[in-house]
Parts: sequence; structure tokens; C-alpha cells
Amino acid sequence: MDVLIFMVSGTLAAATALIFAAMGELVAEKSGMLNLGIEGMMATGAAMGFVAATVSGSYTVGFIAAALLGCVLSLIFALLTLVFRANQTASGLAIGILGLGLSSAIGKKYESMTLPGVPDLPLGPLAQIPVIGPMFFQLDVMVYLSMLLIPVTWYVLNRTRLGLTIRAVGESPVNAHALGLRVLWIRAGCVAFGGAMAGIGGAYMSTAYTPLWAEGMIAGRGWIVVALTVFGTWMVPRVAFGAYLFGSISLLELSIQALGVNVPSQLMSALPYLVTIFMLALISRNTLFIRLNSPASLGATFRL
Amino acid sequence: MARLVLVPRETATLLAPLQVAVLALVMTLLGGAVLFVIYGVSPLDGLHAVFVEPLLTRYGIGEVLLKMAPLLLIAQGLAIGFRAQVWNIGAEGQLILGAIAASVLAIRFDGTDSQLLLPAMVVAGMLAGMAWAAIAAWLRTQFNANEILVTFMLTSVALQLLYFLVTGPLKDPMGFNFPQSISFAPNAVFPIILEGTRANASLYIGLAVTLVAVVFVRYSFASYKLSVGGLAPGASFYAGFSSKRAIWVALLVSGGAAGLAGVGEVAGPLGQLQRNISPGYGYAGIIVAVLGGLNPIGILFASAIMALVYVGGDFALLSVGVPDAVTGILQGILLISYLACSLLLTMRLRLVREAPG
Repeated sequence: MDVLIFMVSGTLAAATALIFAAMGELVAEKSGMLNLGIEGMMATGAAMGFVAATVSGSYTVGFIAAALLGCVLSLIFALLTLVFRANQTASGLAIGILGLGLSSAIGKKYESMTLPGVPDLPLGPLAQIPVIGPMFFQLDVMVYLSMLLIPVTWYVLNRTRLGLTIRAVGESPVNAHALGLRVLWIRAGCVAFGGAMAGIGGAYMSTAYTPLWAEGMIAGRGWIVVALTVFGTWMVPRVAFGAYLFGSISLLELSIQALGVNVPSQLMSALPYLVTIFMLALISRNTLFIRLNSPASLGATFRL
Repeated sequence: MARLVLVPRETATLLAPLQVAVLALVMTLLGGAVLFVIYGVSPLDGLHAVFVEPLLTRYGIGEVLLKMAPLLLIAQGLAIGFRAQVWNIGAEGQLILGAIAASVLAIRFDGTDSQLLLPAMVVAGMLAGMAWAAIAAWLRTQFNANEILVTFMLTSVALQLLYFLVTGPLKDPMGFNFPQSISFAPNAVFPIILEGTRANASLYIGLAVTLVAVVFVRYSFASYKLSVGGLAPGASFYAGFSSKRAIWVALLVSGGAAGLAGVGEVAGPLGQLQRNISPGYGYAGIIVAVLGGLNPIGILFASAIMALVYVGGDFALLSVGVPDAVTGILQGILLISYLACSLLLTMRLRLVREAPG
């Protein structure tokens, strides 16, 4: 039972950073913007969040600072791709590289320092329920916020005028423009939202999940986030499901060690990436399904 | 009233790529100056340390040549694919596999005095890099799996494979449990080409590959088909050019080149297999390829500049005391500036006068 409690509560925590970043990336991709710089934005968010929280003594300040910096980085991406009409793939990689450099510069003096970590939300009697309590109600506030973000993202994208606008821009920017929608501003807004969410996701890693800063701690999660949008075929519930699946896989490493199974630790560390490759191939092989669901203008430069 | 407007260029000009490169460099210098001010260092001292100091000593030049070799190799390979819009971002992983394959030979045949050992390592490294990239090509052509994501994930897997090997099967049994292999024998290491430095003969491989790339890009039909596939997929499909073949060619070529770069590291400055083989050459290679305008000659210059930034970052750490993170940030600024300026490749600024009233 202890293992089960550990797996469930651990999965929820491990998936939180992925949920934030993936919902942000999903919104950006829905507007036609393929932002491959998520890894760098999460890393910068992690460094910034940790440093800001350490200096100010407030986790809230840490998350806000991380979100703002993620936003700034993503706006550089927007500037490159929307104003200077640069290739989205190359621009995303450039921002990713800049973000990784920036994260190491910001966190340099704080390398290997630790924080107490965002405290669990006091949920009183709920937390006392046997089994269910430790599984679901002894977690920090960001875990619950990430859970809330899933239905909110779904609702906004699928049931509001704003969501319709975003999807229209992503499906056909030329027609959206003809309708009088401000394609560039809408795309910039979606990318900025994605950057802020990636920043928060990164900050969650360094202030709550493993409350310390170490260079390279994002370890490919930003790329897993990009892969998640493909697994989820750009549908909110599926993307969220994918994030929880990956949360549980990253826990497997710890659980297997705890069970005393003798597997090389490197194989377990490589597992999330191997599973990503496998899932990617599995989902993508249905070319028609992918084509029907991906935003039609995804990755294409908008020209009038 | 007069105002500046962007108008499309009617003809391709050789001047445009040069303008863009120079403009991007100037922007990077400005960005670097701001960076040094933030670190409380005089911008002139800082820029001098990064961009000039390495070139003042024989040792510094040797270091630039040393770092140029892998960047040149990787970027020449990647550019072939980028031109076809096949984005291999996992050169780092292919480099690691090349290094591993070469090391296996060097360790297995340690003690032979055959002069064929090094050439065999070169071939093995290239094949291993190709094989690692082939996984991505197979998954892309067979299962439509995005090669950007797959090549990245394979890099993470390659890193874990390396960690496993240097702490296990390939570890030096007399090495006090350090995660590294035995030191390679002299016949398993590239000869030094500039006395008193660490620059080695793997640079010649890079230059040879550059020469091949020039001929390939300029004269081969295969390269033309790749370019058409990248610029106008519809036209390429209509002409009957196989997009699957393009993916295979792009990934095998770039994987092989990255594998060669890996051989150059273990059979060069490292002289053994260890945990840290590359300071991100695989990713920097992406910048070099784009910065060189995906043109083999452009890439030659771009790799020299990028190598200078690498070495200059180390020099700046020593002489003006800024952290080595500056290297990464400067690389990012360089690529971003280039991408911003590259609008001028297809457009030009024109002064338009409008009649008053």
C-alpha cells in the first residue's frame, strides 16, 4: 500500500511541471506556433524561480519571476518568427540554447544550494483520510493549480470565443486575417502564455519537486513536453493523460530501486526517453489521424 | 516624406549573405558588451578577452583549431539535412556513439602496433554515428515519428549508454574506479598538427568533408533534389523525388559526420573515453550550420567564429573573471541575431519617397 501511495502522490507531483509547460505549449501550437525552445524556457524558469525565491524568501515571488522571464524569452521567439519571419524550428532551437546559457548564468552562484520546498497545502480533515489522504491531499498548491489548469485550458480553447479565435488563427492564418483577426498579436499572446507556463513549470522543478538548483536539472523535460502535444494529438485531455503517464514513468526509476530489482540505473534513467520514442512512433504512424488533428498552419511562417 | 520599406529582392546576390553575417556579428558584439556591463566588466576588456586574446598566442590559436574540427564536421553534415528541412538535432548523441565505437576498438586492440588502428577507429566511429541516426530515419520513414524529437531523445539515451559503459564494461580496471577508460596508445590517437598546441589531424578530416560538401552541394543532382524537397515539397513530390530517400540521406550523412567528430574527441584531446566527451558541440553545430547560411564555405567561417567564442569564453573566465555561462549566452545571441537579420536574405530595405499631400 505504501508503494501505491508513493506512486500516486509522486506521479501527481512529477507531472505538475509537465502539465504547466504542456498546456502552455498546446495553446501556442493551437495558434500555429511550434515553440521548440521550451527546454530552455523551463531551465531559465527553474534558475530564476529558485534564485528569486531564495532572495525574496517568497515562493510566490519565485513563480512570478520565472513566469515573467519565460514570457520575455518567448516574446523574443515571437519577434523572430512573426516580425522577422525567421524559420520557427531554427528560432525555437536558438531560444532553447539561449535559455540554457541564461539558466546557467542566473543560477551560477546558487549551484547545489537548497530550499525547504513549497509546503503542502493544509487541507485539514481531507489529509487525514487513510490512504486517500496521503495519495491526493498532502501535496503543494501548485499541484492543484496544475490540475485546475487542465479543464480551464480545455474550456477556453473549446468553448469560448477566444479559443475559437486561437484555433482559427492556427488552422488558417490567411482566412483569420481576412476576417479581421489580428493574427500576429494573437500568436504573440499565445506564445507569451506558453513561455510563462514553461517558466512556472521550470520553477516548480527547482522550488518544489526537488527544491534545489543544479545545472541541467530540466534534463529533457521541455522536449518531452513538445512530444506530449503530439501524443495527445493536440487534445487537452489526452495531453494531460500523457503528462501523468510520464510522471509515473519517471517515478519507476525510484520504485524499482526501492523494490531491490537489479537493473543498471542508466537503463532506468534512459527509460522516459525510450518510452517517448516508442509512443511517438506508435501515435504518429497513423498519418491521417495526425494530419486531421494538428493545427494546419503549425510551424509555417505567416506571410500576407 | 520618405520612409524605409521592405521589398523582396528580385535577384539572388552573394552580397546579401555576407551583409547578414556581418550584421549578426555586430549585433552579437553589442549584446556581448551589454553582457559584460551586467557582470561589471569593462565591455572593451571583455570583448577583447573573448574575440582577440585567443588569437594572440600560439596556444590560443591551437585551441581554436582544436574546437573548430568537431564544429566544422557536425555543421557540414547537419546543413545537408537542414537544406531538405530534415532537422537532426541529435548530433550530440551521434557524436557520443562515434566516440564509443572508436574507443571500443582502441581498448580492444590496445597493445597492437598496427598503424591501421586509427583509420579503423575513424571508420567505426562514422558507422556508429550513422547507425544511431539511422534509428531516427527509420522511425520517421516507417512510422512518421518526428525526427526532431526522436534525435533529441536518442541523445539522452546515448548519454546514459556512455555513463553505463564508462562505469562498467569499458572502465579502466586499474583506474581507481574513476568513470573513464584506459588511456589510448599513441597509434590510436591523432597526431598533433601544430607543435606546442593540442590541435590535431582530425581538423584535416573536417576540411576534407568541407571539400566534399562543396562539390556535393554545387554539382550533385542528389543535393539539388534535397534542396527542392526543402524549399518546395509540393514541387519535389510532383517531380517524383523521394522524400523518404531525402530523410535517409540527410540523417545518415549528418550522423556519420557527427560520429567522426566523436572520434576526433576521444582520439584527440581526451585520449580516452570518459563521462564528458563534448561541451555541447552537437548543439553548437546547429548554430554553425545556420550561421554559415547552410553553405559549406560559409560554415567553414562560422565554425571558426564559434570555436573562437568557445575558447574566448574560457579566456574571459581567466582574464576578466566572468563565468563560462557567457559562452552559451553569446552563442544564443549569435544565432538569434542571425535569424533576425536573415530577413534581409530575401528582402531589402528601400527608401521610398512619397509625394507631399
